[in-house]
Amino acid sequence: MTDIVAGRVASTPVAARRVRSRVGFSWIVPALYIFFLLVPIYWLLNMSFKTTNEILGSFSLWPREFTFANYAKIVSDPVWYNGYLNSILYATLNTVISVSAALPAAYAFSRYRFLGDKHLFFWLLTNRMAPPAIFALPFFQLYSSVGLFDTHIAVALAHCLFNIPLAVWILEGFMSGVPKEIDETAYVDGYSFQRFFFKIFIPLIAGGIGVAAFFCFMFSWVELLLAKTLTSVDARPIASVMTRTISISGYELGVLAAAGALTIIPGAIVIYFVRNYIAKGFALGRV
Amino acid sequence: MDKVVNNRAWFMVLPVLVLVAFNAVIPLMTVVNYSVQESFAGNVFFFEGSKWFEQVLHSERFHAALGRQFLFTGIILAIEIPLGVAIALAMPRRGPWVSVCLVLMALPLLIPWNVVGAIWNIFALPSYGLLGRTINALGISFNFTRDVFDAWFTLILMDVWHWTSLVVLLAYAGLMAIPDAYYQAAKIDGASRWAVFRYIQLPKMRRVLTIAVLLRLMDSFMIYTEPFVLTGGGPGNATTLLSIDLVKMAQGQFDLGPAAAMSLIYFLMVLAMSWVFYTVMTREEART
Repeated sequence: MTDIVAGRVASTPVAARRVRSRVGFSWIVPALYIFFLLVPIYWLLNMSFKTTNEILGSFSLWPREFTFANYAKIVSDPVWYNGYLNSILYATLNTVISVSAALPAAYAFSRYRFLGDKHLFFWLLTNRMAPPAIFALPFFQLYSSVGLFDTHIAVALAHCLFNIPLAVWILEGFMSGVPKEIDETAYVDGYSFQRFFFKIFIPLIAGGIGVAAFFCFMFSWVELLLAKTLTSVDARPIASVMTRTISISGYELGVLAAAGALTIIPGAIVIYFVRNYIAKGFALGRV
Repeated sequence: MDKVVNNRAWFMVLPVLVLVAFNAVIPLMTVVNYSVQESFAGNVFFFEGSKWFEQVLHSERFHAALGRQFLFTGIILAIEIPLGVAIALAMPRRGPWVSVCLVLMALPLLIPWNVVGAIWNIFALPSYGLLGRTINALGISFNFTRDVFDAWFTLILMDVWHWTSLVVLLAYAGLMAIPDAYYQAAKIDGASRWAVFRYIQLPKMRRVLTIAVLLRLMDSFMIYTEPFVLTGGGPGNATTLLSIDLVKMAQGQFDLGPAAAMSLIYFLMVLAMSWVFYTVMTREEART
C-alpha cells in the first residue's frame, strides 16, 4: 500500500506547464464550494457578536452593536466553561486509552497471522459502524451498574467503542507501510521486542500515531449522543449544555452561537497539521 | 505482504479486545435480553420469544422510518458523490492554494455534530437566519419547522454541507496518485478531457470512491445528532430517521422490548453493510 500524500507528487517542468495551461477558470468550482461552506459559519460568528435584542429586533449581515457579551457569559458562567473542560478532559482520556491500546494490536495485525485475525479485524470494524443510538440505553445501565455514571472516564471508555477500531485501522495502515526488513534487522542486531518497539518502531510511525490521536480526539469531541446519555451534572459535555440551552431558555441565540463558534476552534487549529492525512484518517487508514 | 504465523500475537490484541468487548458485547447482550422479554414496573420480566421482532417488522412506524432513512441516504449519495468528484477534479494540483483548499474544505468535518445542527438551525430560521430570510425574500414561503419539504431541503443541504468534503478529500487523494506519465500519454494520443476522465481518472479513483460511497452509506445510516438538533425529527415525524425513532422509542416512551428488537434489526442491517465494506477493502488490498 502506498501513502498518498497530497501535494507531494514529484513535479516535472513538463507537468507543471501542462497544469498551468489547463487551469483557466476551473478555480471557480472550488471557490464557490468554499464560499458555500463558509457562509453558515460566517452567520454563526455574526450572530455570536450581536446582542439578543439586535438578533430578535433587526436583520443585518454584520453586527451593528458589536459585543463580546455572549463570549463573556460563556467564560464567566461555570456551567458553560465546565462543559468545555469536561469535553476536553474525556476526549483526551479517550485518545490516550484508544491509541495506547491500539498500538500493539495494530502491530499484531500488520505483522502476524494468528487464529481468527481476520474475524477480529472485521468485528472491530462493525463497532466503528454501529449506530450509537443502539447502545445508548444499555450503556446507561452498564455504566450505572459499575458506578461510573456521570464521570469523565465513563464517556472516555464508551467512546472507545468506535475510536479503538478507528485507531487500529489507521495505525495498521501506517505500520504496513514500514518494511518488515526493519523489524528483522533489529532482531538480528539483538534488540529485544520492547526495545525495538519503543526505540525504533514508534519513532518510525510517529506521524501515524499523531494522525490516529487526532482522529480519536476529534470523534470523541464531535460525538454527542453517548456523552449526553452517560452524564448528568459533573461530567456534562459542552454539546449537552448547548442542547439544554436550546430547550430551556428558548431564544438565547447569541450565547448559543458563541458556544458553537468556540467548539470549532480545536478542529480549526489542528486541521492545519493533519491536512495531508485527513483523507486517510476519514477513510480508516485505507487510502 | 507475507505475514508470520504467531498465535502469541493474541496477547498484543488483548487490551483492545477487552476494552471493545466491554463496550460492545455486554450492551449488545443486554439488548438481546430485552428484545425477547416483556417488562413491567418493578423489573418483572416475561419471556416473549420473537413477538417484538414480528411486531417491529410489521409495524407501519418502522417501515416509515426505514423508508425515510433510505430516501435520505439515496438523496445524499446522489448529490455528494458526483459533486465531490467534480470539485476534486477542479481543485489545484500544486502550489500554495492546495493547503488553503484542503484546510477550508475539511473544516465542516471537524465541527461537533450538534453544532452543525445548531449552525444550520440558526442559518435557516425563517425570520433570523440568512438562508430562511433570503428564500422568503425571494417570494418563496420557507419554514423548515412547519413545512415537510422545507425541512427535508434544509436537512439535505446540511448533510451536503457537512460531508461532501469527505468525498472531495478522498477523490483528491485518488487523483494525486495518478502518475503524470498517464496524462502525457493521453496528450500525445490527443485524448479529449472526457476521455481522460473516463479512461484514466475514473478507473484510478475507483478504490477511493468505493470507500467514499461505503462510508457515506454507513455513516448516513447512523445519523442522529444533526437532524435531532435541526428539526427534532419534525415537523410531525417527517424527518424522523431510524436512529431518532429508536431513541424516541427507548428513552421517550420506555418501550424496551420493541426498541431492543428494532435495535437488533438495525444492527443487522449495518452489519451486512460493514461486511460488504470489509470484503471490498480486503479484495482491493489483495489486488494491489
